[in-house]
Amino acid sequence: MRQNSNVVALHAGILASLLILFFITSAYHNGNLARIMVLAVFAMGYNFLFGYTGLLSLGHALFFSAGMYGLGISMHHLELSVLPAFAVALLFTAMVSAAIGFLALRTTGVAFMIVTLMFAQAGYLTILLFGKYTRGDEGFVIQQAERTLFGLDLTDPSIRYFAAFALFAASYLFIAWAVRTSFGRCLVAIRENEARARMLGYDTARHKFLALLASGVLSGVSGAGYALLFGYAGATFASVQYSILPLLWVLLGGSGTTLGPLIGTAFAFYLVDISSEFTSAYLLVVGAAIVFLTLFFPQGLAGEIRRRIAPWLP
Amino acid sequence: MEFGPHFLLATLEGALTAAVLALTAVGLSVVFGIMRVVNVAHGEFFMLGAVIAWFVSTTVGIHPAVGFLLALVVAPVMVGFLAIVADQLVLRRLDYDPERTIVATIGLLYCIQQVTLMTFGPDARPVIPPFNQRIALPWFELGEQGFQVTWPWGFGVTTYKLAVIMFAVIILVGLWRFLARSKFGLIMRATQLDREMALAFGIPIERVYAIVFGLGAGLAALGAVLIVPIRQAHYLMGGEPLLLSFIVVIIGGLGSIPGTIMAAILIGLSDGIISVFFSPTLAKIIATLLVAFVLVYRPQGLFGRRLP
Repeated sequence: MRQNSNVVALHAGILASLLILFFITSAYHNGNLARIMVLAVFAMGYNFLFGYTGLLSLGHALFFSAGMYGLGISMHHLELSVLPAFAVALLFTAMVSAAIGFLALRTTGVAFMIVTLMFAQAGYLTILLFGKYTRGDEGFVIQQAERTLFGLDLTDPSIRYFAAFALFAASYLFIAWAVRTSFGRCLVAIRENEARARMLGYDTARHKFLALLASGVLSGVSGAGYALLFGYAGATFASVQYSILPLLWVLLGGSGTTLGPLIGTAFAFYLVDISSEFTSAYLLVVGAAIVFLTLFFPQGLAGEIRRRIAPWLP
Repeated sequence: MEFGPHFLLATLEGALTAAVLALTAVGLSVVFGIMRVVNVAHGEFFMLGAVIAWFVSTTVGIHPAVGFLLALVVAPVMVGFLAIVADQLVLRRLDYDPERTIVATIGLLYCIQQVTLMTFGPDARPVIPPFNQRIALPWFELGEQGFQVTWPWGFGVTTYKLAVIMFAVIILVGLWRFLARSKFGLIMRATQLDREMALAFGIPIERVYAIVFGLGAGLAALGAVLIVPIRQAHYLMGGEPLLLSFIVVIIGGLGSIPGTIMAAILIGLSDGIISVFFSPTLAKIIATLLVAFVLVYRPQGLFGRRLP
């Protein structure tokens, strides 16, 4: 029971400190934190599939950009207001995730990585092909006047911070709850030994499909949130780089931990932010960090903490 | 002078793409087949080959042909050596774990790209081909005015492009003979078939892996040196060959070299022909979707055999 209360205290503490950070940090860091929280939702969605279910996808940019363009196109071209556009984005991402899940889950291991990579690449090229509507690499801006919710101006920095916080908190609590249900436990069993989980009578195919669906939709939430709060949708967010980034964040933070994606996203964001202050070669720093971490910290930051200090860490 | 010459020209361009692609993809295929490592940095080895070729051919200023011939030897050897170092420093320490090596090679990709940007710069730079005569091919037509011959300049091709295609064929045949007949080829195939058994027979697996990784990278660099007089050297040029090589390796059957070469010809030719008549983006979408569906429904590839 003590462990349970530890976990609850940790979750509450994380959310509370994110609220407190708003009041004690500068406007610049507020903006960064809002961005980090939205992107951490992407990382959490990725972690649900990679960290808990053990499926390494290299195509999550597809889901992120599905959410981003689902919202962007319906606001920019169909002139929907925020809530219906968000609903369209979620529905669209769910459809894309279901289609990818149906096809890609027939494969495993390396083949799964490449299939997801190829579907994401096809998605990216499709966005370029319909450049007339998507504006390709250049992207399009969602007008400030349209980005209002219940009369609140989402472009205002503090409202944006709390909107990002709301997205993050909802996703965080969802993941924290989902991985403790029997469904979540079964995903971990699949990660550890799929054949055994199947032998024990679990429908592993159904579990994997649902995990991919949830992971895809969370990534879509992040993409739609990003487009909404920062007012921009572009094809860059569908490129291979944005499939690799969530993997990097999750690995940095610690895969299969609730907290890892947030730590990893924040760490990578500030690694780039700080190193680009004194060198333009920040990609070199990022690349070296990836190699270094895979060599010496295969379990990521939160994973190391769990291994050395706090084995109860969720 | 409408459809026919365009089609032939597209076929020739496609054959050129196929030749270079075959070299690059066979490099990726060897590494995957023997080491079970998906090398995401393969495209960067390709790019390094082109960049080193530029450095060599500009520093050796005697005659373009001398510089180029030197680059043809120096670039693959240097890139292969660099790959061996990367293998020893990183991949070996990860025990060639398939998932962790993917992540590590992504890291390598960023490092190589950034270092090239800092030293070579963001510009695209040309390399002068060693020889480059245009050959005019005659074009025969049975039109409304009866039989016609258009010559010269029905359509043309440069000698260099033809030489590249022939050179690639020679290298690939040589590689195939090497793998099929030589002792080292036998050792490599033994490692591919059963790693533990090979180890039990006293084959130094780690050394074989290092050489294979170097060989794969060297082949990519060789392909790049051949193409760099036609398409310029640029620090971001590695992305497309990587993707195309992936496609080729998968369609040809993971780890099967004859399959890879067949697929390179298929993809190279169709890419050349489709891009001439349709939008290149559409051609790429079709190719990537094709790969995805081949992997989903026929994971052994179009030309591969199902493993027992």
